[in-house]
Amino acid sequence: MALVSALALAVILFAVLAGPFIWRVPINEIDFAAKLQGPSWKHPLGTDDLGQDLLSRLIYGGRISIAVGFAAMVVAIFFGVLVGAIAGMSSGRVDAALMWVTDLFLSLPQLPLLLLVIYLFREPVKGVLGVEGGAFVLIVAVIGGTRWMSAARLVRAQFLSLREKEFVEAARALGASRLRQVTQHILPNALGPVIVVATIDVAAAIIAESTLSFLGLGFPSDVPTWGSVLRDAKDYLDIAPHWALFPGALIFITVLAINFIGDGLRDALDPRRVL
Amino acid sequence: MQVHRVSRQYVIRKLLIMIPSLLGISVVLFSLLALAPGDPFDELATNPAVPPEVRAALRAKFGLDDPVWMRYWHWLIALLQGDWGFSFVSRMDVSTLIMQRLPVTLIVIGASQILAIAIAIPVGVLAATRPYSLFDQVANTFAFIGFSLPTFFTGLVLILVFSIQLDWLPFVYRADIAATGWAFYWEHIKQSIMPVTVLGLFQGAALVRFVRSSVLDVIRLDYVTTARSKGIGERKVITRHVVRTALIPVVTLVALQMPIVFSGAIVTEQIFRVPGIGSLLISSMLANDTPVVMGVTFVSACLVVIFNLIADILYGWLDPRIAFR
Amino acid sequence: MAEPLLDIRGLKTWFKTDDGMVRAVDGVDLHIDRGETLGVVGESGCGKTVTARSVLKLIDMPPGRFEAGQILWQGRDLIPLSMDEMDKIRAKEIAIIFQEPMTSLNPVYTVGDQIAEVIALHQKLSRKQAIAGAAEMLRLVDIPNPERRVHDYPHQFSGGMRQRVMIAMALSCQPKLLIADEPTTALDVTIQAQILELMQEMKERFGMAIMLITHAMGVVAETCQRVTVMYAGNVVEEASVEALFGDPRHPYTQGLIRSIPRVDRSAEKKQRLEAIAGTVPNLLDPPLGCRFAARCKFAMDVCTQGLPPLKEVGPGHYVRCVL
Repeated sequence: MALVSALALAVILFAVLAGPFIWRVPINEIDFAAKLQGPSWKHPLGTDDLGQDLLSRLIYGGRISIAVGFAAMVVAIFFGVLVGAIAGMSSGRVDAALMWVTDLFLSLPQLPLLLLVIYLFREPVKGVLGVEGGAFVLIVAVIGGTRWMSAARLVRAQFLSLREKEFVEAARALGASRLRQVTQHILPNALGPVIVVATIDVAAAIIAESTLSFLGLGFPSDVPTWGSVLRDAKDYLDIAPHWALFPGALIFITVLAINFIGDGLRDALDPRRVL
Repeated sequence: MQVHRVSRQYVIRKLLIMIPSLLGISVVLFSLLALAPGDPFDELATNPAVPPEVRAALRAKFGLDDPVWMRYWHWLIALLQGDWGFSFVSRMDVSTLIMQRLPVTLIVIGASQILAIAIAIPVGVLAATRPYSLFDQVANTFAFIGFSLPTFFTGLVLILVFSIQLDWLPFVYRADIAATGWAFYWEHIKQSIMPVTVLGLFQGAALVRFVRSSVLDVIRLDYVTTARSKGIGERKVITRHVVRTALIPVVTLVALQMPIVFSGAIVTEQIFRVPGIGSLLISSMLANDTPVVMGVTFVSACLVVIFNLIADILYGWLDPRIAFR
Repeated sequence: MAEPLLDIRGLKTWFKTDDGMVRAVDGVDLHIDRGETLGVVGESGCGKTVTARSVLKLIDMPPGRFEAGQILWQGRDLIPLSMDEMDKIRAKEIAIIFQEPMTSLNPVYTVGDQIAEVIALHQKLSRKQAIAGAAEMLRLVDIPNPERRVHDYPHQFSGGMRQRVMIAMALSCQPKLLIADEPTTALDVTIQAQILELMQEMKERFGMAIMLITHAMGVVAETCQRVTVMYAGNVVEEASVEALFGDPRHPYTQGLIRSIPRVDRSAEKKQRLEAIAGTVPNLLDPPLGCRFAARCKFAMDVCTQGLPPLKEVGPGHYVRCVL
């Protein structure tokens, strides 16, 4: 299952990366004569209400959606590892305080929080970084900033057990600094389960981005992402179902593939073996 | 079999633990508000619906030039007194507005949770009692598909199939149904089917895997062998001795999933135009109605904390070892 | 001779694993008469527990399966019975208690509920009557304050008390046979004696037979009438307690007896405690001949060529050895 998924994901990645060089129809070429058409040779995935070609819009959107997914995962894992490592290496109050904050964030409803932050900060960030860049940075930061908790808890648990292991004690006895203990000895050994969480985070971030765009609070609608195309399509379900089905299916297949890969990695790396 | 009583101290302790969480949430929300560049009431200036004296009163009440901690204190006191501000878009108190919308959301979430549990427990238990069988593998695959399908997409597909193609169910949720008596309830049920199904299936898919692994953990334990040796029959061994214990960790997981359920509820309400607090949140964001946005965010955070409390109490009720500690 | 209560003939219980078939029980013959206590001894992994659980068909299948043999319960073979039919025998006719009292009781139900569950089922009583019966059983096994204690949960009892609860539960339907699978191994020494004494007392009261599985020869000497010694999935010797301790014939049995610490002997004669050298053979691929041959100091060529049969060396005294 994981292998099939890896293949499917590779196909999608290749399509969105190489797609624009092969399928050269511009994403915003308006052609009212050809609006809301189903799949045809001219438009393999059909057109939207402005007659724009869906295939090129989805290729472009895929780039954004997947890029957001990976970038948000990097942010989330960075913060998660940071918080988890600090909590796991320190003990007592620092650890307790960090874990309290982590649990607090875990109990916050993520989507309302995401929406709130975007709502409050959208305008100023747009002013600094431009419409598209501003939206990208804000969305990545916000999704990453609300998804670091599981990585933090995992890394902390790993650290707590690994730091008592003999090889770390040996390094400590040899006078290795704390930073060196962490980067040279503990972190590499804690990495397996983190990779699993990171994989699943990519899927979750893609869903989060699509959800935001679907709700009209992600990327502006002239920037096609899988979620925003789906939002535009939802009012035309009765006359142009293809418009909604293609982006939806793409999100679904990508997320499913990533989840299966994560599950395969989990089996292969079995975190329990490390603990 | 009898169920033990949860001790009062346990419940009180759990209630006290809630307080720092709620304070933490209020700090997070207030920080966001305070960090947001510009004056949150600036937009009121351009809103012709707001008289200037109301704006001045608001500024004075919130003491925008006070030090941060003081502003937080005033904000918190106002929040606790139920003074959540005024929605200039809907022209009513935020608290009244939220209270109007909350029951619908709670019904949709509650019904979908019941559906999720009704699916997840039997499927998870059956899969765990026949590990690696065909049923197990099929259930596992469906669970994966279920929680990889974004709720907004499942919602659209259901509309496409059941409203547009088959024309069985209404497309849009309506609060003002003209019918009375049984017809009234029937219409309500009909329009709730799709939102509840979307949320319930998504939740159920995630739960199936939890239930399965929890049952697998319990089924190997010694007391299950003891139960088998009593001759009570495999069915009772599973329902009474395995499932009952395996559900204890599942309760916690259901509570941990609540934030995700709320996210799903916002999306579903938006798709089916259910007049709950989720769609209220989105519409007030699109209308720049800050007090309502803050109020709804705070209410949903509180609800998650309350659900966690309920889960804790349920946990104590299900597991006698906890409540005695 | 009267028909034995339980007669196990040539039982083979094998387990399928990734590495192959594990022959945990590989041709066991033993029998228990009414009202007697049979000790089943042998070291860890010799198949005693699997034999005991096979009798009640408490083996997970798969991976386990009955490869051959019969388990005759009052003349009726249990192996072909369905689980529904087995449920009429479990607890009512044959009851079992386990090694780990700490984990053998369900933590989420009161001990009264767990005992009453058996009583209500097999004696067709109401819950209230069954709870009263459970309290009565707790009183029988010397748990103080039984009327109050029936409403307590397992975690409110100590290990020894939990084993008493297990015994109360097992005896609540007055079974004809109690299988006790290392009932005292997990307990403190002082508690062990109390539990054994209780079992003895219960046996006299209810007149049941006991199959006592243990690796402690001392326990056997004190409580049993007859003993079956197992080694690597086989029975190697069977005899009355007197014959076994007085005249052990199998080298393995002799080794077991010599490994019992004895205060009088070691002090006077400066005898050293003897251990049996070597380890148990691999049950994935057991040796062709006598399974003890590799560790036996009397081993000869003939020992490795074929499994010796059980031969009678005295009245009721059987041994699987060419000597």
